[in-house]
Amino acid sequence: MDLPFDVVGLGAADHPTEGEQAPDFRRPLVTDEFWEDRALSELTAEGPVLLVFHPMDGAFPATYMYNELRDRAVDGEIRVVGCSVSSPYEHKTLIEDREFDVAVFSDPKNGVAEQYDVVHDLDGMTGVAEPRPAVFVVDEERVVRYAWVAEEWPEFPDYDELEAALDEV
Amino acid sequence: MSQPAITLYRLQACPFCERVVRKLDEYDVAYQSRFVEALHSKRDAVKRVTGSRAVPAIVDGNTGVTMSESGNIVEYLERTYGPSAAGADEDTATAGGS
Repeated sequence: MDLPFDVVGLGAADHPTEGEQAPDFRRPLVTDEFWEDRALSELTAEGPVLLVFHPMDGAFPATYMYNELRDRAVDGEIRVVGCSVSSPYEHKTLIEDREFDVAVFSDPKNGVAEQYDVVHDLDGMTGVAEPRPAVFVVDEERVVRYAWVAEEWPEFPDYDELEAALDEV
Repeated sequence: MSQPAITLYRLQACPFCERVVRKLDEYDVAYQSRFVEALHSKRDAVKRVTGSRAVPAIVDGNTGVTMSESGNIVEYLERTYGPSAAGADEDTATAGGS
């Protein structure tokens, strides 16, 4: 999109990159039916995972990201899990609305984003931080095989590149 | 890390569920909490497991027991994991709770 002004930059992030170990974490993981504490390592032990960090549920970038992933049927290629600061109740609504096979971690204190170095302190919302939009393809060994982190606000993943990376795991 | 053998289906702030939690904690029994829909008619995940949409409900992988109703569950926990449980099994009574 060409805009006649500069989009807000978020600066470089010191996030895990290809070949590095993805930090493990445990949080309530919300499905369409219930939520329970799960660790990322438990999920990757069962197969590769696409970990999607997104703005709070209801913000348009979250909607756009899931819609694009749904339209590309990414949920048929890899297990997709999201992560945002929204509560489990909001995640349930998101999962219903997006009609996409996804489970979403609830992380209101944004600690997972801190572990991944993808924190975005929100301007105009005192005391609120959330993850930058980011996607990580993590394999069975919990090694990062593909990483993309937004450096502008807003910015969206390169979905073609992401899909190419999915073909490799 | 393996999941605890006991799964507790619960609803946030449900006093009957908290009653069961208190008993599990008292006996140091590890369990995995699954929080379900507040709306009774939408609790199919529980119904598939127990045949009823009522919570609390537990599934005990140690014994194969599935049950609802806090009174029944508390009685079951006392019988199975309480201090006077016949042959209290150390292996199944691991520390923690989650």
